[in-house]
Amino acid sequence: MNCTDFLSQLTDYFDGQISPELLEEVRTHLAGCHHCEVVLNTTRQTIEVYRGQEIYEISDDLRERLHSAIMTKCLEKKRA
Amino acid sequence: MPTIQSPGTEEIHPDVALVERAREGDTAAFEQLVRQYERQIFRVAQHITQNREDAEDITQDTFLKAYEKLSQFQGNSKFSTWLVRIAVNESLMRLRKRKTSKTVSMDEDVQTEEGSIPRDFAEWRPNPEQIFDQNELNDILRRTIQGLPPGFRTVFTLRDIENLSTEETAEALGLSIPAVKSRLLRARLQLRERLSRYFRQRKEGQPA
Repeated sequence: MNCTDFLSQLTDYFDGQISPELLEEVRTHLAGCHHCEVVLNTTRQTIEVYRGQEIYEISDDLRERLHSAIMTKCLEKKRA
Repeated sequence: MPTIQSPGTEEIHPDVALVERAREGDTAAFEQLVRQYERQIFRVAQHITQNREDAEDITQDTFLKAYEKLSQFQGNSKFSTWLVRIAVNESLMRLRKRKTSKTVSMDEDVQTEEGSIPRDFAEWRPNPEQIFDQNELNDILRRTIQGLPPGFRTVFTLRDIENLSTEETAEALGLSIPAVKSRLLRARLQLRERLSRYFRQRKEGQPA
């Protein structure tokens, strides 16, 4: 397995959807390739840092305003 | 190692009964569905359009459309996936309207490998959360995701921010599973590369 092959397995690796044979190849490659090890670690950190932060949190005020607007429009539709 | 994929569910989803009641004219049931998903729909729209006002309009339009088309909802997919699909379509339409010089679609800019080939090989130490405070970190994450082409940003948002499965993401975007996987990989690698500028381990004496 070379670095390109490794990258092509990365998504399945993270999803735990990789066959035992391929997993063995991935591990062997990682043991001998520092660059791919860093890519693996920092890609995992990329996913985790985005999952851990609410970067577009909606305020309670905005949520209530949106909610009322949605329900008003739907009720108008229903009556029409 | 723990898997990042969210597990699928075989049981009957509680939304099914709510949708059924809403179809029969029970507005309270529909309102409950709105409550459950309005934050998610807003986030998806904001991530794709990168514009708060657009995201507000899209959130309203998505639920109104869902309400009008409730009878067309087949129940083959989850109600939430169906909603996300409406929101994604509305969001991409907004982007198209906003950009007069450039077309915007799920296929835009995804042919190029540019930025998807790893070049930065420094570890991130300490963890980003330890270097930056919440506001700085959010600012970096926002700016970084803004730079992704819409076709990548959308896949990353659904899979990694909203935790949809690969199958649900494919369904919501009308893409094949291999296409979702390929875009997700490239989105993650591009983000990793861009974030490395902020998070890479500094050598001693090197300014942050």
